[in-house]
Amino acid sequence: MAEALAFYTLSILILGLGVAVITTPKTVHSVVFLVLNFLCVAALYVVLQAEFLAVIQILVYAGGIVVLYLFVVMLVNLKRQPEEHQDPRRLAKVGLVLSGAVLVELAAIVVYSYGREPSSVSAPSPAFPVQGNIEELGWLLYTDYLIPFEVASVLLLVAMVGAIILARREL
Amino acid sequence: MLEITTAHYTILSAALFSIGVIGVLVRRNIIIIFMAIELMLNAVNINLVAHAEQLQNLIGQVFVVFVIAVAAAEAAVGLGILLAFYRNKETVNIDEMNVMRW
Repeated sequence: MAEALAFYTLSILILGLGVAVITTPKTVHSVVFLVLNFLCVAALYVVLQAEFLAVIQILVYAGGIVVLYLFVVMLVNLKRQPEEHQDPRRLAKVGLVLSGAVLVELAAIVVYSYGREPSSVSAPSPAFPVQGNIEELGWLLYTDYLIPFEVASVLLLVAMVGAIILARREL
Repeated sequence: MLEITTAHYTILSAALFSIGVIGVLVRRNIIIIFMAIELMLNAVNINLVAHAEQLQNLIGQVFVVFVIAVAAAEAAVGLGILLAFYRNKETVNIDEMNVMRW
């Protein structure tokens, strides 16, 4: 009952804020709606018993990435609204129809996969020598997924160097 | 109706992903297009976490950590490219970003 209440409230908030992000004419308002959307998704992670991911979502998304977006919105001083210039070859209605097709396709996949017999194949996690969500996640990251973890750190380093080079004044 | 299954989370994820697709295909402001991409990544993350909870297996959550790392890298590089482009052309409208089309 409590889970249902939390799920439906958060779903309505997430979808409504998502629609607000892509429909608001002002970019700054869009960024604010994006922050609220990320906070609602973090609350949904708590409902799903993924506490570590909820904290990471708030720290990285709502704290880091969104601040980056705000910086760019403030730096890009728009003299004219980007929506004014219209390419006559651009077919926005076709884009809307295509996204509707994507939604129908995803819904078909969901209905198909849950209409079949529920597969009994479930691989529970091996017994961990530690307890708790954060401890078990850290254990997995530093044992089975050590190499992807290190590759991700190299990727972040490359992205940092690339962003600094791109943002220099003389390219 | 009152019992929340993984299908509920999957449907929520599909709807959020479609909102992101609409944003990418319909809007012209490239900053909003980047934000729509973030919405799509969030939809995928919700899906992964829901199935990790269903299977009682933490590997889905490990993948969410990697998705968040890649999203951070994507945002940094993408916004760097955007700033470099804005310095040259004074616009964030993707309809005017066609210098490399031919």
